[in-house]
Amino acid sequence: MTSLILQTAARSLVAVLLLFSIFLLLRGHDEPGGGFIGGLVAAAAFTLYAISFDVPSTRRVLGIRPQMMIAIGLLLAGGSGVFALLTQDPYLTHLWYDLDIPGFGEVHLGTFLLFDIGVFLVVIGTTLLVVLTLSEE
Amino acid sequence: MSHDVLVALPIVIPLATAVITLFSYDSRAHQRIISTIGSGALLVAAIALLWTVNQDGILVSEMGDWPAPFGIAFVADLLSSLMVLMTGLTALTVSIYALGSMDPRRESFGFYPVFQILLMGITGSFLTGDVFNLFVWFEIMLIASFVLIALGGERPQLEGSIKYVALNLVSSMILLSAIGLLYGMAGTLNMGDLGLKLQDVDQPWLVTTVGTLFLVSFGIKAAVFPMFFWLPASYHTPPIAVTAIIAALLSKVGVYALIRAFTLIFTQETGYTHQIILVIAGLTMVTGVLGAVAQTEVRRLLSFHIISQIGYMLVGLALLSPLALAGSLFYVIHNMVTKTNLFLISGVANRLQGTYELKKLGSLYRYHPYVSVLFFVSALALAGMPPFSGFMAKLTLVRGSLEIEHYVIVAVALLTSMLTLFSMAKIWTEGYWTPSPAEVDGELPPGVEKFPGWTRQMVALFIPIIVLASLSVGMGILAQPVISLLVDTAEQLLDPGLYIEAVIGDEP
Repeated sequence: MTSLILQTAARSLVAVLLLFSIFLLLRGHDEPGGGFIGGLVAAAAFTLYAISFDVPSTRRVLGIRPQMMIAIGLLLAGGSGVFALLTQDPYLTHLWYDLDIPGFGEVHLGTFLLFDIGVFLVVIGTTLLVVLTLSEE
Repeated sequence: MSHDVLVALPIVIPLATAVITLFSYDSRAHQRIISTIGSGALLVAAIALLWTVNQDGILVSEMGDWPAPFGIAFVADLLSSLMVLMTGLTALTVSIYALGSMDPRRESFGFYPVFQILLMGITGSFLTGDVFNLFVWFEIMLIASFVLIALGGERPQLEGSIKYVALNLVSSMILLSAIGLLYGMAGTLNMGDLGLKLQDVDQPWLVTTVGTLFLVSFGIKAAVFPMFFWLPASYHTPPIAVTAIIAALLSKVGVYALIRAFTLIFTQETGYTHQIILVIAGLTMVTGVLGAVAQTEVRRLLSFHIISQIGYMLVGLALLSPLALAGSLFYVIHNMVTKTNLFLISGVANRLQGTYELKKLGSLYRYHPYVSVLFFVSALALAGMPPFSGFMAKLTLVRGSLEIEHYVIVAVALLTSMLTLFSMAKIWTEGYWTPSPAEVDGELPPGVEKFPGWTRQMVALFIPIIVLASLSVGMGILAQPVISLLVDTAEQLLDPGLYIEAVIGDEP
């Protein structure tokens, strides 16, 4: 099924959704949001693309296999806890740095961001693996 | 090495292995090597953990540095680290076995990553010190084992996996409700804190009611009477390596959870709850073995034996005496080794003769004497004949029960082991002694291969079997150190104060 209206709308919607998902991911740092919900929104964006176009072109747009996204995500999420072991803290203790960027202000950065990005990727990967496999059937 | 590292490693290693195998999703060869190395590393980490716990006492790691009881603590006491060690051992042997037995299609559809995730779920369940976290690990384990049972998509596999997942979801739902009630009552889910707070409640019967919900839920996972029917309906359907790992580990996680919950948290009305557990244990032993006697398919027969053995594992918990509990723990270890091995051997017999049906098997003793020896050792060990591990386990358990004068359960246990011997003898005569139906005039027809030769595949199949069989002999002959470690474990379990102090500390 191809619909010109849907395709045109999807083109702009996908971009907005992806931007919003990254906003949610970063907002999750100190406020409601986070990797999980951000990942779901991003997966919804790609699913919308798959519905309005087709599965092969979605895979092309994605540029990376969902399995690989899960692997990278798990690596980031699981790996973010390993830093703590180096400083003799319990696993998954997160370390924080305050970075002062001139002209932007102070940025509160931590290994927790890696964890959240990991969750973000795992959620996108898992959802798209299911969605794309089922729509290829 | 720091304690935090030791406690985290058994969970991080399988996770890391799963990630690396996912990165090499296209290369089966790489996945096979990585998965084997990962399982080996898990075993090494587990040995280090048990060694340290045995030396230094209970280790606690508060994940993310959130102090207990607010954060999630991971606790490695003797029981936990012993179970992690057994997980590492079965993981390594089954990983090697899988190299020789897993078909390329399943391998390329992610057998190894899922296998490692399953291991992570299991070690996580053993190490966590938080009831809700235990539920989460259970779910990880359930999802991974569901994928493993269904992987390959054969018709009986899908049928088995649906039964499996449906029953386990019911169990998870009951567990979740019970956790909710428990949290409402105690305001905490940390196991040590629960043990402390529930010691002196005004209405112990309310706690006992929630305890029975836990009993039902963990009971379904452990496949005890009368909630075992999902186990023989699903365990025989997947490839034999998968059957071996889930048979060795999954129901034992249920047993572990029961032991943990009913020695640490629900100790208010032991007279009542443990009487129920004792009756369940007896009935589980008998019904399991009666089911096994009626089977003619090797894998189904062995699946029923798992149930019967679960009964033995609960007797010690019900009696709450150090020696009986040590006997039950010995049964857990012995069963993980022996039952895995029997499944692996039946896989070899299937490889040699192409069937699991007792009627179609035959002459294994004549053509494959070494396979027969290995089976003979494991079968006698399972039936509890001296000098193998099962005998020492049974002896410890029976002595423990006699000491506190529980004669009925001793009689039931001995009767069950007679019937176990009978059903093992059935496999022996039908599969090993009677002539194979393929034979004509006492000889194999020309063209039927007797033995494929020592290919690399066959070596991968035999190494784990030989290792496990020698362990089962070794644990029987050199039983003394094993028993003394297990008695230490049982004493640690029966003194929940140690656990509570390690987790919560001296603060009120």
